[in-house]
Formats: sequence, C-alpha cells, structure tokens
Amino acid sequence: MAHQSNYKPNSGFEKWMDERLPIIRLGYDSFVDFPSPKNLNYWWTFGAILAIFLVLQIVTGVVLAMHYTPHVDLAFNSVEHIRRDVNWGRYIQSAHANGASFFFFAVYVHIFRGLYYGSYKAPREVLWILGCTIFLLMMATAFMGYVLPWGQMSFWAATVITNFFSAIPVVGDSIKTLLVGGFAVDNPTLNRFFSLHYLLPFMLVGIVALHIWALHVPGNGNPTGVEVKSKADTVPFHPYLTMKDLFAVLVIMIPFAWFVFFAPDILGHPDNYIPANPLVTPPHIVPEWYFLPFYAILRAIDFNVGPIDSKLGGVIMMFGSIVVWFFVPWLDRSKVRSGAFRPMFRWFYWVWVISFIGLTYLGAQPAEGVYLFFAKLCTAYYFLYFLVILPFLPNIETTKPLPASISESVLAKSAPKAAE
Amino acid sequence: MTLATQSNSEPNRRDFLYFATGAVGAVGAAAVAWPLVDQMNPDASTLALASIELDISSIEVGQSVTVKWRGKPVFVRRRTQSEIEEAKAVPLSDLKDPASDAERVKEGHEEWLVMIGVCTHLGCIPVGEAGDYNGWFCPCHGSHYDTAGRIRKGPAPENLIVPDYEFTSDTVIKIG
Amino acid sequence: MKKFTKIISAVLIAASTLSAGTAFAAGGGDGPDPVLQDWSFAGVFGKYDPAQLQRGFQVFQEVCSSCHSADLFSFRMLSKKGGTEYSEAQVKALAAEYTVIDLEVEDGERPAIAADTWPNPFSTPLEAAGSNNGVVPPDFSVLAKARNVPQKFPNWIGNYFTAYQEGGADYIYNLLVGYHEEAPHGVELGDGQYYNDHFPGHKISMAPPLSAEIVDYEGNAPETVEQYAKDVSAFMMWLAEPDMTARKELGFRVIMFLILLTGMMYLVKRRLWSNVDH
Repeated sequence: MAHQSNYKPNSGFEKWMDERLPIIRLGYDSFVDFPSPKNLNYWWTFGAILAIFLVLQIVTGVVLAMHYTPHVDLAFNSVEHIRRDVNWGRYIQSAHANGASFFFFAVYVHIFRGLYYGSYKAPREVLWILGCTIFLLMMATAFMGYVLPWGQMSFWAATVITNFFSAIPVVGDSIKTLLVGGFAVDNPTLNRFFSLHYLLPFMLVGIVALHIWALHVPGNGNPTGVEVKSKADTVPFHPYLTMKDLFAVLVIMIPFAWFVFFAPDILGHPDNYIPANPLVTPPHIVPEWYFLPFYAILRAIDFNVGPIDSKLGGVIMMFGSIVVWFFVPWLDRSKVRSGAFRPMFRWFYWVWVISFIGLTYLGAQPAEGVYLFFAKLCTAYYFLYFLVILPFLPNIETTKPLPASISESVLAKSAPKAAE
Repeated sequence: MTLATQSNSEPNRRDFLYFATGAVGAVGAAAVAWPLVDQMNPDASTLALASIELDISSIEVGQSVTVKWRGKPVFVRRRTQSEIEEAKAVPLSDLKDPASDAERVKEGHEEWLVMIGVCTHLGCIPVGEAGDYNGWFCPCHGSHYDTAGRIRKGPAPENLIVPDYEFTSDTVIKIG
Repeated sequence: MKKFTKIISAVLIAASTLSAGTAFAAGGGDGPDPVLQDWSFAGVFGKYDPAQLQRGFQVFQEVCSSCHSADLFSFRMLSKKGGTEYSEAQVKALAAEYTVIDLEVEDGERPAIAADTWPNPFSTPLEAAGSNNGVVPPDFSVLAKARNVPQKFPNWIGNYFTAYQEGGADYIYNLLVGYHEEAPHGVELGDGQYYNDHFPGHKISMAPPLSAEIVDYEGNAPETVEQYAKDVSAFMMWLAEPDMTARKELGFRVIMFLILLTGMMYLVKRRLWSNVDH
C-alpha cells in the first residue's frame, strides 16, 4: 500500500504472525488506519454498500444452491419448493432475487458518482477499468441467475441473449450453438448457466479485491477532486468511515427489507411464474429493469448501415455502450477532476443521467412510434456524451477556481456556519 | 490521529451509546445468521413424512411387508405361533444383545414385529426368513437374526432396531 | 442530515423511475378496466381470512379441480397456520378421499395422505387438452402470481409503497365475473370459445365455470357468482403464496428493528464526527 504502515503488533501472537504472513498488518493498514479524505459525502458510501450486497448475494446464493435443482423438469418446482418448504426459504430466495436489483441500483449510483466527480482520471484509470469489468461480470452473473428459475421469462431471456452472438458474422451461429449446448436453449444450457452462475461471483470477489487494491494505491478521490495534501485532510478509515458506511448500509437495508418482505415479486415479472415453454413466447418480453437501458439501445438500431445489418448494429451499439466506459479516462480531456468545478460539464452530465433513465423507461415500452424515436434520441446523446462532449468540452469550458486543499474547502464551507 | 484528543465531557453517555448500538447490532447479526443455518434442517416436505401410517389388515400370518420410512426400509412381519414360541424359548444368556421377546413387540400385539430393516453392522438390508435362526440374514457380512430380529451370530453388534410406533387401532400402525 | 435527506430523495426518485419497466404485464387493454377488490390480505398488515379461504377451497374442489391441476398443492398446506387452518384430522380425512399414483405400491395407486399433492385430473397434457377445447387448463399452483391486472402510468408507482401484490387475485376475480352471454357485434368466436372482458384478446376457451348456487356454502356467505369468484381468487392467492401472513408479520418486525438500529447508528456516526470539520 502507498501509505506508510503504522501497524504495531500488540501481542506475541501478532508479532509471530507478522513475521510470517503480515495479513493483520494488511487489514490494519487497509481498513483501520487507512487515511481517507474527510470530506467524502454519502455518494462515497456506495462502495461499502456494494461490498455488503456482494457478500449477501454469495451467502444467500450458496444456501439456495443447497436446495435448487438445475434440470428443466425440476428447476421451476425446486424454486417453489424453496419458497414453500425450506426453512426460511421464502425470505432467502426473496433476498437473493431482490438483492440483485439492489446490487445493480447501488452499482449505478457508484458508477454515476465516478462519472460526476471524475474518479476515473489519472492515477485511477486501472481502478476504473477494474470497476467496468466488475460491472460486465455482474451483468453476466445476473443474466444467468435469472435463467435458473426456468419460467417463461427465464427461458426467453436465455434465448434472446444467446442470439446476440448469432449476430457475429460467419462464426456467430457456431458460437451460439457452443454457448447453449444444442440447437436451442435446453437442459444443457440451464445446467451450464447454473455452474457459471456459481463460479462468476467468486471471480467477482477476486476482481473486487484488485479494485480495492487499485483504490488504496492513490487513495480515495473526493468531492473537490483535489488530492490529499497533508494529514489534516484525512481521517483514519476506522472508525470514521466504517461507522458512516455502516449507517449508510443500514439505511439501504430498510427499503431492501421492504421489498423482500412486502413486495418480493414487484421487480420481477408475472410471466416468470409460468414454467418455461419453448413453443410459446410471452406477448411482452422485457429484461429485468437493470438491463433496460442497454436493451433500449439494442432495439433503437432498426436500420442497416452499409454492410452492417440492423441486428449486428444493435448488438454492436449495445456492447459499445459499455465498452466506451473503459475509455472514459482518456476520452475526458478536462484538467479539472470534479464536476463540482465544471459549470458546463454539469449540465451535460445531468442530461446524460436523465437520458440514461429515459432509456431505462423506454426499454420497457414497445419498440414503436414515439418510444422508438426517443430511444434513438437518447442513444445518440449517450454516445455523443462520451465521444464528443467529454473530449471537446474542455476546449470551451471555463472551470471554477479549485481550493488549495481539502481542509481549505471544508473550512470555506463551514465558515458561514461559524459566523452565525 | 489528530482526533484522539477529542473531549470526553460525557464519557458515560458516549460509551453507553456505542455499547448499546453494538449490542443491538449483534442481535441483528445473529437474527440474520440463524436462518442461514436453520435452512439446512429438514424442510416441511421431509417433516411431513416423518411419521407414516400403515394399514396391516391385509397382512396374513407368516407374511411380511417392507415399507419405506424416513428413507429406510421398515419390516412389518406377522409372525406365526411357532416363530413366537421359538423366540420366547431363547434364554437371555444366549443373546449378544439381550432383550426378551416381549420387549421387541407391543403388548397385546405380539404377532407383530416392526423393525428398521437395516443391519446394525454396516447398514446393509437383511433378507427375510433366512439364516441359521429362521429370522433374517444379512448377506453382506453374514449376520444372523432370529424370529424376534435379535442378533445371534455374525459381526453385527445389536438387534435390529425397533422404531417408535404405536397401534392407532387394531389394524393400523403409526410409525414415527 | 440535510445533505443526507437530499440524497435519499434523489435516490427514491431515481428508483421509482428506474423500476418503471417491470410493472407492465399481460392484459386485455381495450375492455372495461378491471375492478380492484378489497382483499383481507392486502397491505402491510394484511392477513388471509380462513373462512374465505375455506369457501374458496370448496369452490376449487367442487368446480375448478375437475379440469385444473395444482401440482404444488399438498394437502398438508391446508392445516398450516395463517391459511385455511383446517385441523390435521380434517386434512387427513380429506386426503383419504382422493387417490394418488404411487408406483411403489401394488396397483400403483393408494389413498392420499397429508404429505401428498393434489391429484391431477388428467394423466397427460394431451388428454387435458383433448377434454378442454384443445387448450390445457393452466395449473393453479402459482397461477395467482403469474397473472396481473394492467395498470396505467402513473398508478403502478403507488404499488411500490402500498405493497400491492394482489394483481393476480384481482385478475382472476375479474375474469370469472367478466363473461358475456354473447360476443359484442363484430367479434367472431370460434368453436368452444367464449367472450370475456378481461381475458387478453377476449376469446377464452374456458366456459363460464361459475353460476349462482353451484356450490353449497355452509355459512351465511351469499351463493353468487361474485362471492364464489372472490373466494376462489383469495384461495388461489393463498395457494400461490401460502405463507404470506407470516411473511408480512416478520417483515414488519424486521423493518422496525432496522429503523431502531439505523437511528442508533446515526447517533453513533454523528457523535464520532462531531469534532471533525467535514
């Protein structure tokens, strides 16, 4: 870690351990003594919230796997068996299903925070790229998990998503056949999705560890975007940020418990209570809400461009909408890190957030008429923001003066209060 | 740690707040942990089969039936008079795991022998009306049981186990 | 705290907008709007009414179950707390009236016990379709959760705050009372089809299953189509979610506990940070 270790082994055992495997030192330096900017706002608590939800998903998932059967004839009923017969199964299943939604909600807040405060800028590019990788893995994991209950939505989600790959020229169909293990989605698909759904979260844990490592080299960013200059700018991670994070986690747990206990199915879709039927497609298929923006982008491309047909074009744009995130550290050429000091950027940023939420809404609507028009508009702005606005806005934007240090900005903020 | 010097004007109240929050949090953590452990206990569909009822009216003298109970076979045998007498005649001192015939059956229903059909040696299923004692014989390692299901010869240490059961009427038994 | 309230409200607005997509479910659209019912199990403190569930079970038993299966409906559920609440002896006697397939016994059949599931009226889907105008009657096990009433924007936003999860029961009720003697002018019905206001597409292959006095209630409940429909819809909701009452009771306690702990945690955090300029 970048900062100097202040760990002093207290007991004989700690000394003994420290000379062999300094894991207590690592924990102490990373999560107790770690100097953290004292001006972090509540948007910075979502990292801890995400960590908690990752643990929650893994723990409940391991438990569910003890009762679930990945076979086309039994999967649907085994999920109902969990809900009906297994001790506490109703709540564990509900926590896992709704936990996925909260996980995504928190990750979106976390990403949007990063985009606003310029968290991706040097020297945190690797940290940002690891985060984008985590998001991709989350999407894969969530998708495969959604297939497991083997309802109508599960089955048709699996069919539609695996068909993305058939858009690839020449080898597409072979890749699709390889993925589903047959000519159509069937038992081999379900079985391998279960296997991968169990595997990927543990890979996620590994990348999260790298993500935290990459965070702890330069340390946290902060709302001013001015790097930590002295010890006066920081507080030790524990207890200041642990307790603040814990408070934020508990605040999130209240709506989470509301969904788990009072609206367990509201984020799902009634059609997924109909067992999978390869012969009938539900009239209105929609992915889970957290995929809707990307689904809207996929459907917005209904025209051919030269040799690229609309199907391939849609898939390219959909994947491109996430791939572009990986390049944001280099696309944004502004010298000023935090959006708080960039008056023009702020406008473009919030329009982008609104268009993203708009895409979420449009993804749930039928792809026709005015919905399609707005989906195209939002898609265009989505890419415009990353490919044109971020690189070229600095040429015309006059930024506000930056504070000399975090402490100075904090004092400036509390000065009026002190005067009262 | 520039903040270590913060004033401790009300140390008791502060300590109490931290302590109480920790205690409430611990209760919450335990309340989350317990369901995650308890889910491994038998579920409702398993418990629903923890006890079964069996109509024995159609079993003739000298016949046995095998039923599945809690995942294991249960032998229900309506013994002949000679089998009962044979079992009663054995002196307890001849037995490896001494038990009188009366202890193996329900009072007033001594025709009926109800046992878990799992050899007490290593868990194989003994064969009925076989072995040196005309009772059960375990083919795996050669344990011989008599007409009251008691171990007489071979490596098994104990008699065949009699499960908890009761006669809910003259023709129905409830096992478990 | 002001900062924090601002964030919470931003989060809530974003959440309700983001969740937009999920509220749309299958529905007719062009017929009359479904009439939502007052269910005893609605809301945070909702509970099933055992008397209503018992009546609904009677309708299911005497009418629906002659065509519809309910594969996940085990007899033992009938004696559970918070549901129909029959006694165990009643359930045992009831189960014994039915025959179930058991390939481990002689003849392959035996009287049901409490642990068994409700016997299927047909042995194969093909047979079921053959006896029902070519359509397999849907299984009842979770049907109340597989259906929903269509709601227009922005009405469904309220569902997130009222714990409205009764869309399936409302749909079933409206379907059962939504039959017309004759199709409206200009609608051609096929053989064995009936016109229903609330069925998607309006052409349903199920004959109107209920009529007045078709089931003899023991108590004072009126023996009307509306009452039957309401009772059987409640029963089907219970069948799909037998532990709803327990779920809501536990949920209330969990949320109360979380509010307490969160409040304490806020005080801890505030006290801890009181000497830091931030």
